[in-house]
Amino acid sequence: VLFLFVCSPSPCSFHWIRKAEEQPESLDPCDINGPHFDPELFLNKLRRECSLAELMDQETCMVKQIRSLDSDMQTLVYENYNKFISATDTIRKMKNDFKKMEDEMDCLSANMAAITEFSARISGTLQDQHAQITKLSGVHTLLRKLQFLFELPARLNKCLELQAYAQAVRSHRRARCVLQQYSHLPSFKGIQDDCHAIMDKLAQELRQKFRDGGSSAKDLSECVELLLQLDEPAEELCDKFLSHAQSRLESDLQGLEAEIRPYPTIPSPTSNTDILEFIDRGCNEFVSSLCLVITSYQELFINHAQKGELLNAFVDDLAARYFSLVERRIQEEKGVADNSLLVRALDRFHRRLQAVTKLLPGSAVPNQGTEIVIRAATERVKQYLSALQSFYMDSLTDVRQALATPRDAPNSLPELLSSLSASILNQIKSVLASVHLFTAKDITFSNKPYFKGEFCSQGVRESLVVSFIKFVCQSSRQFCESAGDKGGSTPPALLLLLSRLCLDYETSTISYILTLTDEQFLVQHHSPVTPVTTLCAEAREAAQKLLNHYVKVQGLIISQMLRKSVETRDWVNTIEPRNVRAVMKRVVEDTTSIDVQVGLLYEEGVRKAHSSDSSKRTFSVYSSSRQQARYAASYTPSAPMDTNLLSNIHKLFSERIDIFSSVEFNKVSVMTGIIKISLKTFLECVRLRTFGRYGLQQIQVDCHYLQMYLWRFVSDENLVHFMLDEIVGSSAHRCLDPAPMEQSVIEVICERG
Amino acid sequence: MEDDAPVIYGLEFQARALTAQTAETDAIRFLVGTQSLKFDNQIHIIDFDDENNIINKNVLLHQAGEIWHIGASPADKAVLTTCYNKTSDSRVVSCAAVWRMPSDWETGSHESPDDSAHNPQTLELLCHLDDSAHSNAACVLWEPMGDGKRVISLADNHALLWDLQESSTQATVSSTATLEGKGQLKFTSGKWSPHHNCSQLATANDTAIRGWDLRTMSQIYCIENAHGQLVRDLDFNPNRQYYLASCGDDCKVKFWDVRNVQEPVKSLEEHSHWVWSVRYNHSHDQLVLTASSDSRLILSNMVSISSEPFGHLVDDEELSEGEDNHQEDNQSNKKKKKVLINYSSFE
Repeated sequence: VLFLFVCSPSPCSFHWIRKAEEQPESLDPCDINGPHFDPELFLNKLRRECSLAELMDQETCMVKQIRSLDSDMQTLVYENYNKFISATDTIRKMKNDFKKMEDEMDCLSANMAAITEFSARISGTLQDQHAQITKLSGVHTLLRKLQFLFELPARLNKCLELQAYAQAVRSHRRARCVLQQYSHLPSFKGIQDDCHAIMDKLAQELRQKFRDGGSSAKDLSECVELLLQLDEPAEELCDKFLSHAQSRLESDLQGLEAEIRPYPTIPSPTSNTDILEFIDRGCNEFVSSLCLVITSYQELFINHAQKGELLNAFVDDLAARYFSLVERRIQEEKGVADNSLLVRALDRFHRRLQAVTKLLPGSAVPNQGTEIVIRAATERVKQYLSALQSFYMDSLTDVRQALATPRDAPNSLPELLSSLSASILNQIKSVLASVHLFTAKDITFSNKPYFKGEFCSQGVRESLVVSFIKFVCQSSRQFCESAGDKGGSTPPALLLLLSRLCLDYETSTISYILTLTDEQFLVQHHSPVTPVTTLCAEAREAAQKLLNHYVKVQGLIISQMLRKSVETRDWVNTIEPRNVRAVMKRVVEDTTSIDVQVGLLYEEGVRKAHSSDSSKRTFSVYSSSRQQARYAASYTPSAPMDTNLLSNIHKLFSERIDIFSSVEFNKVSVMTGIIKISLKTFLECVRLRTFGRYGLQQIQVDCHYLQMYLWRFVSDENLVHFMLDEIVGSSAHRCLDPAPMEQSVIEVICERG
Repeated sequence: MEDDAPVIYGLEFQARALTAQTAETDAIRFLVGTQSLKFDNQIHIIDFDDENNIINKNVLLHQAGEIWHIGASPADKAVLTTCYNKTSDSRVVSCAAVWRMPSDWETGSHESPDDSAHNPQTLELLCHLDDSAHSNAACVLWEPMGDGKRVISLADNHALLWDLQESSTQATVSSTATLEGKGQLKFTSGKWSPHHNCSQLATANDTAIRGWDLRTMSQIYCIENAHGQLVRDLDFNPNRQYYLASCGDDCKVKFWDVRNVQEPVKSLEEHSHWVWSVRYNHSHDQLVLTASSDSRLILSNMVSISSEPFGHLVDDEELSEGEDNHQEDNQSNKKKKKVLINYSSFE
């Protein structure tokens, strides 16, 4: 720094340089601050370019600048000078200090040399003593060892007395090598012999204890461990160990077996433990000791790898017996009341077996256990199915009884239906909920592939829900068949109710139940399952069959009345009709009540448009014009052929009536079916009889009466007209003296009665 | 049958009675009895010529009354029985009688077939099958394959076995069997079994079918509730002695093994109304013809319960409609026509 200030070429140029540094781009030689400044050029330029005044100004300015630069330089020099002075002082001071330090350092080195000398002297003095001490401590250790050896027999004896076998064995093991090594010395030999004698005794005692078998699994394994350490033959021990373990496990199993009722029929359910307790006991006693045996076996005989198979066989054998017991117990579990108990028991059973899996990775035991769980689950599903089925049958019996009690029976039909279907649905739901426990998250076996897939789809969906629906359809069909031969042992109302039930199933319930199942069980359909449509079709078929059967049964009841009324009367010698026969009124009454009954469960249905006054107008047409024409033709002896021809041709063109045909699911169709059957019977019966004049007239009156009331029930009133027409026509044909009654008289009689 | 037009024969009156004449071996011949309250009833003798596919008819007068049942003697082709209704004094009485056709009906009809309709000859009465105690005959059964000497008539709740003597001019009751039970029991139909030396009879009353031993006149089996309702007709399998077909008002046709009457061997439900009549084909017992008041005839091929279940009719299914009928023109045609006529006039 000093140098810089002293040696700077000139304060002015310094100033310029600094300025030039700030503007390095200036290359102009006339720039007074630039590095390429040429004074000559500058002066010439000034002289050439500027006026005198400007030159004067320039000069003044320059002088001014030079003066200020000079003063700046003076200030700087002063300051630097001061600094230079203080630096010189500092250097002088430092020189003094260094001198002092040098003296001290000399002193230190001298001291150090003295210390080194001392130290060497001391260690030389202590050398001998140190060697002696080392030797002494070695002798001391040896002596302690020897003392241990000499004391060993006594110590071992004491241990033996105290039954501290483990300590004894530990001590002996410590001494054994040494004794072996120095056995050529007579004193050591003596000790060794003593020890051997004691240890043999100990081994004897251990073996005795081992043989006794009364000790716990832990003691036993301890025993075996000690024996092993005493170099007993491993295989023999292994066998013995297993046989001991077996005997103890067997006693556990016997205890379990005793819990299972020897005779399942003994009616003392309270005295028996429930399945959860049973499984608990099995787990706590058998499975845990089995695990203990496995663990200790593996620990003890870890070096004897070939023994693994022996253990596996041992475990498999015992586990098989345990499983058979468990299965027997599970099979006794017949009541379906509380599924959670069984599921919990199975869960515990399964969970405890996991321990065995961990201990014995290759064992088949857990798989067998899972299979038992699966079997139990399947069995349970079957039991639920049969429970559902019996519940359904019981409900039907209840409904039957409700129908049999005549008190307001017809009104309660819809209520019966709804309560029946609701109770069935509830039952299904509760069963599903129970079965659902098998797949609950916290159950260990629920994440097995079986319970995720097959159990849901095949077990629950197919063999429980689908089977039940099929059963419902099946049993409904059976009602049709069994009742067919015995002439209606099933009350017709029940048929009607079941038909409606099946129809409801078809329209909504089946899909609802299946959706519910699928949602609850998240059924993954790996295997083919019964589609909803199949079940619906089945239900519909059942509904159709039931309804057809209902029509048939009701039709037959009315037919029976009509037939009896036709067959038992002497139609030749009857009196002139004054009234409608009572049986016809009965027919109309019954038809009306059937109509009410069916109307409770089925919709009205469509019918063809009525003529304005159905009960009268059409009848009068049928009766007066066409029928009269036929009578006229029929009973003119000259043309018997024409009548037949006419009626036959008429029949050819009229629609054929299927009597026992299928009906649709509505009231009108049902009623049409019943009335068709009844009238057809009436017709056939009439054709087998012979009528007198009044007989024919009675039939006319009866038919008119039926006409007045029956048209309103059927879909196509022409059908009733046609059939009644046939009846009157046939009776006229079978009449000895066909003189039909006046239409007006018929009407009067009918209206009166 | 493929190219043959169906043969139709029309009657003037309604008819319910028809039988095939088994004593006639040369021709296929049927007897039809008419029902008319107003006019004299007739018996139509119909010959079917299966080579030319035409029919010839002759008419005989049956003046006694309307015919409900007809039976032809298995031995004498001129002898027949009828059950008929007679109306007298405004009372209707059911009777049964044995008749003989006039000897020259055949010649007369061939010369002038048109005249025969206008001037029909009358049947000659041989004897009545009634006595004061038993009337209301439902049907008369000839002993099948017999010598035409024995008939059974079913009247109300009695089955009467008649011996016909002196060329059928005298009839005496040789034994009777009576149906006993609650209510008014009445035989509706019956069939004389061709098996067991013609010693068995099957009858129908209400919903039950009963079997009788004619030697002791005692019941040997009873199928209670054979049908849901009235049993209308029965027929024995011509080849299998224990097999029986029945039909009734429950629209069903059932096949029974009379050794086990608990369950029918088979049950058909093809008809949509009462089945009035059921017949086996005489030589091919897998063919069963049924007639019903739903105006339908159904010919069923029941191979599984025939006498030759696995025999030569393996490809029967294919043949059943065409070939089969053709082969067995005689019998199945006979049957077919029988019931056709029966119910075309009826319905």
